Amino acid sequence: MSRVRVLVGTRKGAFVLTSDGKREKWKVDGPHFGGWEIYHVKGSPVDPNRLYASQSSGWFGQIIQRSDDGGKTWEPPGGGPTTTPDGMPKGESNKFVYEGEVGKHLWYDGTPHPWEFKRVWHLEPSLTDPDTIYAGVEDAALFRTTDGGRTWQELPALRSAKGHLWQPGAGGMGLHTILLDQSNPNRMYVAISAAGVFRTDDAGKTWRPATRGLKSSYELPDKNSEVGHCVHRIAMHPSRPNVLFMQKHWDVNRSDDAGETWHEVSGNLPTDFGFPIDVHAHEPNTIYVVPITSDSEHYPPDGKLRVYRSRTGGDEWEALTKGLPQRDCYVNVLREAMAVDSLDSCGVYFGTTGGQVYASTNGGDNWSPIVRDLPAVLSVEVQTLS
Amino acid sequence: MIRVELPFHLRTLARVEREVAVEVAGPVTLRAVLDAVEERYPVLRGTIREHVTQKRRPFLRFYACEEDFSNVPLDTPLPDAVVSGKEPLSIIGAIAGG
Repeated sequence: MSRVRVLVGTRKGAFVLTSDGKREKWKVDGPHFGGWEIYHVKGSPVDPNRLYASQSSGWFGQIIQRSDDGGKTWEPPGGGPTTTPDGMPKGESNKFVYEGEVGKHLWYDGTPHPWEFKRVWHLEPSLTDPDTIYAGVEDAALFRTTDGGRTWQELPALRSAKGHLWQPGAGGMGLHTILLDQSNPNRMYVAISAAGVFRTDDAGKTWRPATRGLKSSYELPDKNSEVGHCVHRIAMHPSRPNVLFMQKHWDVNRSDDAGETWHEVSGNLPTDFGFPIDVHAHEPNTIYVVPITSDSEHYPPDGKLRVYRSRTGGDEWEALTKGLPQRDCYVNVLREAMAVDSLDSCGVYFGTTGGQVYASTNGGDNWSPIVRDLPAVLSVEVQTLS
Repeated sequence: MIRVELPFHLRTLARVEREVAVEVAGPVTLRAVLDAVEERYPVLRGTIREHVTQKRRPFLRFYACEEDFSNVPLDTPLPDAVVSGKEPLSIIGAIAGG
C-alpha cells in the first residue's frame, strides 16, 4: 500500500510526518535539529530515503544534513565513510563560497554591495542522481553538489544575468525556487526575491531573465523592468513544463511559453498577494494559492484561512474552506510551505506560521490538521512512497 | 591539553560533551586553539569562524579566566591557567534578545 511522508521545516527544527495511503492517522517524528531553523527538507525522487535538510542558525551559520533512511537518522555529509579515525563527522558540507570575483549587487541605499553568503533557502535534488542537488542561497546564487552534499560549487553564470542590478527586499535576497524540466535536462528555472525569474537552456552555463509581461506597479519605478520583480514562488506540472504559474508579491501570473511571456491570472481572488502556489498532481490546470491580505498585513483577509483553487489555470477561483478556521485566524503561509502528493486522490498540504500543518486528501475540498502546535512552519514537502 | 567549553548546539553537532580537550603545539593563542578544535572536529569548521573571512561569528563570544577574548587579535596568548588546563576557554552563544 502507498504511504506518504511529509517533511516539515520549522523555525525550531524539522519534523517528519508519516501516514499510510488513507492519510487519516499520522505519526509525528521530531524535532530533528531542535532549536535550529530548518528552511527546507527535500527527498531525492530517485532514492526517496535520501533526504537533505538545510539547517541554519544566526549563531552558527549553515549546516547541510543528509539522511539515507528516510529521516530516521541524519549526518552532515562527509560523515559516514569519510569520518575521522575516531568517528567524528568530517566534511565541508556547510562551505558555500562564491566562485571567482565575489562581485557586487545593489544595497538598500542603492550603492554596490559585495555578495555575502547567509543561508540555504532551498534544496532541489536532481531528477536522475541522488548525489546531485541544487541549492538556492541568500545572497542569491545557485550552488550544486555532485557528491551527495559533501562539497558545493557555485554555478556562477546566474549572477551575470544582471546581478549587479539585483537589490534585496526586506526579507533578504534569497534564491527560493528551483524548477527542473524533466523533459529537457538542460533547462532550469530559478526565482529570486526582489530580482525575478531566470532561465537557463544549457544546464546553467548561461542565464537570462524570464520576466516579460510581469508588472510591479507598486514595487518598482519601472513596472515593466526586466529585473527587480519580487517573485514569491513559481510552479509547474511535470507533464506540461512550458506552462508556469507564479505567485508574485502582488499578482498571480501564468506563462504558456516557458517563461518567455507572462500574463496575470488573479481573476476573482479576494487579494492577489500571497506566497505559495502549487499544481494538482494529476490535473495540470488545477492550481492552489493562499491569498494574504496585503504586503503590510501578512495574514488572511477577514481572519478566514482560505485556500483558493482554480481548475482553469487561473482567472476563475473558488474558496476552499471546509475544515479551515473561518474566524480569528491570523497566520501566514510561507512560500515554501505548500506541497501535493501523487496518490490517486491528490493530497494537498500546507503549513502555517502558527505551527499547523493542514492536509486535504481530496484535492482541497476538505481539510484537517495533521498537527496544530509545531513551531512556525517554513517549508512543507511531500513524498509519495510505494 | 587545552580545555574548550562548547555551546549546546555545537556539542550536539560534533557529538561531544560540554567540554573537549585539544592539543596545541607551540604558543597557545586563540587562533591556535580554534585551529585545533576545527582540526579535531571538522564538522565545526565554519560554525565558530566564518569559512572565508575567518572572522568570529557575531553572536559567539570567547571567554577565559573571567576575561573577554572575543575582540582581541587572534594571536593574543591565552592565560597561563588555560595553557595549563586549569581553566577552559569558553565558546559562548551570546544572548540575542527575546
